[in-house]
Formats: sequence, structure tokens, C-alpha cells
Amino acid sequence: MFLTDYIRTVYKGVRSLLTGMKTTGYYFTHARKEIKTEEYPDNRATLTMFDRFKGEVVMPHDENNEHRCTGCQACEIACPNGTIKIITKQELQPDGKKKKAIDTFVYHLELCTMCNLCVVACPSDAIKMAQTFEHSVYDKKQLKKVLNNPGSKIMEGVE
Amino acid sequence: MNLLLTISFSSVASGIHNWLVSTIPNELLAKSVEMVIAGICLLLFLVPLCFILGYMERKVAGFMQMRYGPNRVGPYGSLQIVADTVKLVMKEGLTPTGSDKFLFNLAPVIMVVTCMLVLAPIAFAKDFQIWDINIGVLYVSAISSLAVIGILMAGWSSYNKYSLLGAMRSGAQIVSYELSVGLSLISIVILTGSLKMSDIVMSQETGWWIIRGHIPVIISFVIFVIASTAEINRAPFDLAEAEQELTAGFHTEYAGMKFAMFLLAEYINLFIVSAIAATLFLGGWMPFHIGHWQEFNHIMDFVPSSLWFLGKTFFIIFIIMQFRWTFPRLRVDQLLTLEWKYLLPISMVNTILVTVMAIMGWHF
Amino acid sequence: MSLLGEDYTTEEGEFVINIGPQHPSTHGVLHLKVWLDGETIKKVQPHLGYIHRSIEKMSESLSYRNFIYATSRMDYLSAHINNQACALCVEKGLQIEAPPRAQMIRIILAELTRLASHQLWWGCTGLDLGAVSPFFYAFREREAILEIMEETCGARLTQNFCVPGGIMADIHPNFQKRTKDVLKQIKSKFQEYDDVLTGNVIFENRNKNVGFLTAEDAISFGCTGPMARGSGVSCDVRKWFPYDGYDKVQFDEVLGKEGDCFSRYMVRMNEMKQSVSIIEQLIDNIPEGDFQAKTKMVLKLPKGEFYQRVETARGELGVFIVSDGAASPYRIKYRSPNFSNLSALDHVARGYKIGDLVAIMSTIDLIIPDVDR
Repeated sequence: MFLTDYIRTVYKGVRSLLTGMKTTGYYFTHARKEIKTEEYPDNRATLTMFDRFKGEVVMPHDENNEHRCTGCQACEIACPNGTIKIITKQELQPDGKKKKAIDTFVYHLELCTMCNLCVVACPSDAIKMAQTFEHSVYDKKQLKKVLNNPGSKIMEGVE
Repeated sequence: MNLLLTISFSSVASGIHNWLVSTIPNELLAKSVEMVIAGICLLLFLVPLCFILGYMERKVAGFMQMRYGPNRVGPYGSLQIVADTVKLVMKEGLTPTGSDKFLFNLAPVIMVVTCMLVLAPIAFAKDFQIWDINIGVLYVSAISSLAVIGILMAGWSSYNKYSLLGAMRSGAQIVSYELSVGLSLISIVILTGSLKMSDIVMSQETGWWIIRGHIPVIISFVIFVIASTAEINRAPFDLAEAEQELTAGFHTEYAGMKFAMFLLAEYINLFIVSAIAATLFLGGWMPFHIGHWQEFNHIMDFVPSSLWFLGKTFFIIFIIMQFRWTFPRLRVDQLLTLEWKYLLPISMVNTILVTVMAIMGWHF
Repeated sequence: MSLLGEDYTTEEGEFVINIGPQHPSTHGVLHLKVWLDGETIKKVQPHLGYIHRSIEKMSESLSYRNFIYATSRMDYLSAHINNQACALCVEKGLQIEAPPRAQMIRIILAELTRLASHQLWWGCTGLDLGAVSPFFYAFREREAILEIMEETCGARLTQNFCVPGGIMADIHPNFQKRTKDVLKQIKSKFQEYDDVLTGNVIFENRNKNVGFLTAEDAISFGCTGPMARGSGVSCDVRKWFPYDGYDKVQFDEVLGKEGDCFSRYMVRMNEMKQSVSIIEQLIDNIPEGDFQAKTKMVLKLPKGEFYQRVETARGELGVFIVSDGAASPYRIKYRSPNFSNLSALDHVARGYKIGDLVAIMSTIDLIIPDVDR
């Protein structure tokens, strides 16, 4: 009775070990098929990120160097980290009225957690998330970005 | 082809020996020069061997884990291990303040020296052996158990609690697994009737013991592989190291070249146990022979004997590597349970079976 | 007294070692002071606070929309479920409910998060016990799940996809197809998990009869999640206090019997299968409609106290908000599962070996940022 139990234990143990070795052996012999490594810096040319990937906040400009930002500061309020600072100015309209417009849209990438709240908060779809992710720089100052292009102005019809 | 076969290691070795004896009149001096040459050859063999084993281990691990393994330095990453060695040599060999400096620095040397001593009686090819001592198997099992002194020394002198725990574990482990290794070696000694390595290899001229010896020899082969994995402290028996429990066990405090020596010793040990298993159970350099089929045996002889030896050795090395990358680690009490409740009783019964088989002549 | 000096041992001759804050098996910056007698553990004392970031206090200065993102950084492996808990609590205060479509997407994502978390845990359990290869097999499936997250939520780990009143955006057009593919892949790999770890004799011996926690102790230590269910305590919030439509889903609460490491292990393994079945029930039946309820620009909770509990991958997460009627919470308290589970560690680990401590910690499945917050 003791002996049969003993032999059964040994048999079961050896069998379970061999099952495990079969699995690793399968991966060893089928390495060419099963390897999942992405050789990242080498595959840069073919690497595409998902279109919703949250990499950094950007402000799209059209071909006339016009953006959609009205300077309403909704994003600045929505940001939990104080990532966005908007400096506004008063711009003279052709009809003589004064209108609020952005002077500089400062974006601190080093503070950003990519939570997407600013993009959701924006009423005029002026900012969006870009799919870039290689943000490493040698100097922290380079992470402070101005999103509106120099000389750009607000698009016609965006209120 | 014929020319290639006739220039074997043995003729080169005996040529050098004859030339030395004839040019140097003093026999003692000639012998010592020969020894120095042998030692240098051994070192020249061991360092590339460790590079190959290190590279092989990383590639095997990589493929088993759906990775490429090293693939940046050199073709297919083959120079990665060279780069790592350069890094280790350049690093500062730190000695902790509280440690026993003499023992701390001596321990890695002992580890390397003991495992290089074991290489002496191993037959690398036909008639190519450093020292064909007549108690070869006994010598191997005696010297290989000295490695525990190096580990204990390293753990004790490091002035680190993790190191001490690792060293103490290793002491219990190696002392107990020594028994199973010895008993499984004895089963071949019983069948051969000799402790001499060359005799053991020659006795397998009509077939390797693992084939001729039926199930008992297969059992003792399996026990030998398991127990010697434990003896060289490789996973799943790497309790002295136990990264997840003791960070790095007995070599926690070692860095730079001293750490590299532990690594060197680990790989040489791996090679040695595989070489011994290959010699005793798989016929060493002896080609694959079947009984008295002269034609078949003759065809097999065309493959150089050193290739046979290295092929068998690397096969066993691969199996031990697969152990490491497949199994979880045992706990310290389960390690001893495995030895005293399973391996030792089984190998004792097995020894009796082998003895009966040898007396009755039931093997092929 | 010896080569090792006085400071090595206590007066009773016990050996004191510090495991962590930098140690391979503490999964983060947990610091355990362990009193040993030989290899046997006499006492374990966890030291916390190495990764305290003051998330609760920080949340008090943020608005009800903004504070949710920070909870992704607590239990980062169930980030979505943490966000869901906060969103649910704010919804409770506002007395609104997310539209059915949003609810269903939330729980599909929550179950995917649970799957991904358990997969990482499975790999780490293998790694802690010394088997390295399972770690990579687990990461393969986890990677596939994270790709679903990345495609729909835009982030792999800290999704921040839940907002008060629903979810931030509608699902990606590929979502359903990709999820089904991943489920198929995961289901085909369960057998492999059993081959390489569950059935392995060494693994069984390492986990069986180790780290016992009785049901009474589990309750008195406040353990939740798989840790308590492994001891047979029925405490699944999804069953007892259903939220976001969990009451409409068919699933079993997985309960263990023995309360040792292996039963906790099996609870998690079976929970993975339950999660797969939950997602399979829902994935083709996502109702049409809005993904977000209409809410005001600035959210203000009425004066009062609100509590919402959810089941994360590690146990019960409670969010307690005290509101004084302003636009940001007066006080927020998170009842995190890991903190309570960690408190049982000393009780569970006493009398076992150092190797067992590693097995126990890996089956408790601690996330240290969730302990410290």
C-alpha cells in the first residue's frame, strides 16, 4: 500500500515535470514562429500607433496657418496638473470691435499625464492628442512647448 | 579525409611529449614544461567554452521565452558575452568593510580551482586526457565536493545576512546530494569493474551503457542528472542563490572580476557534470556502436571522437538548461525531502538491481 | 559576539533581516523586517510609506471631474476599475446613472482589466517561485489585452476612460472584433498555464499547505478579493452589491476551501475563466445609445457623504467622498484592498520558511502604490 502510493507519487511528479518541459521544448523548437519581440528602434519605419493613442497635446493648424483656439481657457481649468497656461491678448477686429484671442498657448509636457481631459473640455476642437511618444530630451526646458505657431490666427467662423 | 583522421589530438599530444623529452635532457624539467603547456591549453579551452555556454544559455532561455536573446553585439549577438566579460573586468572589485578580506578574496579562487581540478581525468577525445588516473571516478566525486567550501567561505566572509543564509543552505544541499551522485556513479563502476575513465569508455565499445544497461542504468542516469544539477547549484536547486528570496545568495556582495569567477566556475561545473554523465552513461568519445555490426560501427568511426564527446556533453547541458528555464525552485526542506525520501532510496534499490544484473550478466 | 557582530541578532538569538525596499520579490518598494529562527519566520513587520504620494489629499483640491485620473496610479493594474469606482461615487452624489451602453462598456473593460491583472499576477507568481518562462507566456496574453485598451482608451495602463456620467468616448470600431480574438487566444492558452505551472509538482508542493488563512481571520483582518475568497469567504462586491449592471450578468463567485496559497492561486485562475465568460456574454450585446449622460459643466455634489464600493482585481475598493456642496470634495478616503490584505501578512507567514514568504506574498498579490497611495 505504502509502496504503491510512493510509486504513484514519483510517477505523477515525473510526469508533471515532463509536461512542463514539453511546453518549453515546444517554444524552443518553434522559436521562429512564436517569438513575439518587437525590435523597437529598428522597426520605427513600420511602427504605427493606434489613432487614439495619447502621446502629447498638439494644436492642429491648417495650410493658412490658422488654428481653432478661441482662448476660452476651458482646457486650462480642466487640467488637473496645471499643464496648460494660456496667455491671451485683445485683438482688434476689422469692424473695430475688440476680441479675445490667444497670444501663446504654453504646454508643459513634463507635467502632463495624458489624461485627455483638456481635449474633452475644449468646445471648439482646437487641441487634440498626437501619437508621438519619443519625448526624451536632455534638457527639461525643451519640454515646455508653445502650441500655436508664430503668426498664426484663429480660423474664420470659430467662436 | 584520411589525413584529417590520422591527425588526432592524441598524435599531436604525443608528438609534443616526444619532442620535449628529446630536446630537454632533464626529465623532470621536461615534465614540468609539459604540465605548463597542458595548463595553458586548458585555460585556452575553458574561457571560450564559458563564452559559448553563456551565449547558449541566453539563447536557449530567449527561445523558450519567445524572445530573440542577445542579438545586438556581433553577429546574432554572439559577442554579447565578450562585452559583458569586458564590463565585469573593468568594474571595481568591491570588498565590503565588515568582511573577512582574506577569505572573501580567496573564495572565488577556490571555486574556480576546484572545478578546474575535476577536468583532469575527463577524456575529451580518443587517447586525449590530461591525467588518466586509475581512480578517476573516485577522484571526480571527491574533488567536486570541495566546491561547497568555496560557497561557505564566500557566504560567511561577506558580512551579509543573505549571503550567510545562502551559504548555509548550500552546505546542507551539497552534502546530501553527494550521496545520490556517488551511488549513481557506482552503478556504472559495478558494470565496468573499473574506476579508470579510459576503461569505462573502452567498456562501451559494443554499445553505450544507457542502452546496454536496461532500465536500472536509465534510472541512475536520470538520478545523476537531477542530483548533479543540485550539486552545481543550478535552478531548480539554486537555493544558495535564490534570487527571489535571498537577492543573490552567497555572492550578493561580489562584483567585478570576483563575481565573474563565480560565473566561470558555474559554467565549468555545468560542463563537467555533463561531461561525466556523457562519459559514464553515453560512452564519452566512443562513437555510437551497436554490438558487432562491423560495417555500421566503422561508418560511425568516421565522425571524430571529439565531436562525439562534445555532442553528447552539449545535449546534457541543454537538458540541464531546460530544467532551469522551466521549473520553479524547490523550498529548502523539500530539497532535502527529495534527496532523502526519493532519490537516495531509489538509487540504493537501483544499485542492488545493477549489481544483480552485473553478476548475472543480464546486460547486453 | 562573532564575525557577524552584535547587530545581527536579537537578544533571543533571532536573526533579523530586511527584505526590501529594493528586493526582487516585494514587487515595489515594500519593506519587510523579518525575524528569523534559522529559516523559519518568527515575525514579519511591514514598513510602509516609500511610495506615498498623497493622492487622497491631492484629490481634495481637484474638481470632481479631475480627481479621477489620479486613482489610476493607486492600483495601477486595475486602473480602469479604480476610475470606475470614482465615477460611480460621483454619479451617486449627482443622482444620475450612466446610460446602459456606457455601463456595459465599463464592465467589459473592467473584466478585461481583471484578466490582464490576473495574467500579470500569474506570471509574477511563477517568477517569484523561480520559474522564469511563465512570466513571458503571461505577458503575451496581457499584451493583447493592453492593445485593446490602447486602441479604445488611448492608453495601456492608466486609461482614465471613465468620467462621471459615462465613458469618455465611444468604443473603437475594432473593439468587438479584437476583443473576441483575444478571448479566443486566452482560452486556448489556459491548458498551457496548467501544464507549465498549475500541475507542476514542485509548484504544487511550494503552494499547498502553506500560508493558511482561516475564514474568521480573513474577515477580522478585513481581507477581500481572492485573498478572502480563497479562504471561503463570499465577498464578491459584484454579487453582493452589484453596480453598473453586474446583476444582469451570469457568473459564479469563485470560492476556495482550504485557505492556503494554492487555493488562492486556484481562485484567481478560475476567476480568469469567469471573466472570459462575462465578456463573452456582453460583447455582442452592447446596447445602442449614448455613451455619456448629460452633465453640467461644473459638477457640484450636494452636501453629504457618499460611499461606493467596487471589486478590483485584488479585492474591494471603497471610495468615500464627503462633500460640503462645493465644486471639489471636502474629504476623500479610499479603502484600498491591498492595505487590508497586507495587514494579514504577519499572521499568515508566521512559522513558515523564507521561501514560503515569497509564495505567500505572491498569492496575496500586493501592489505597493495602492498600499501607500
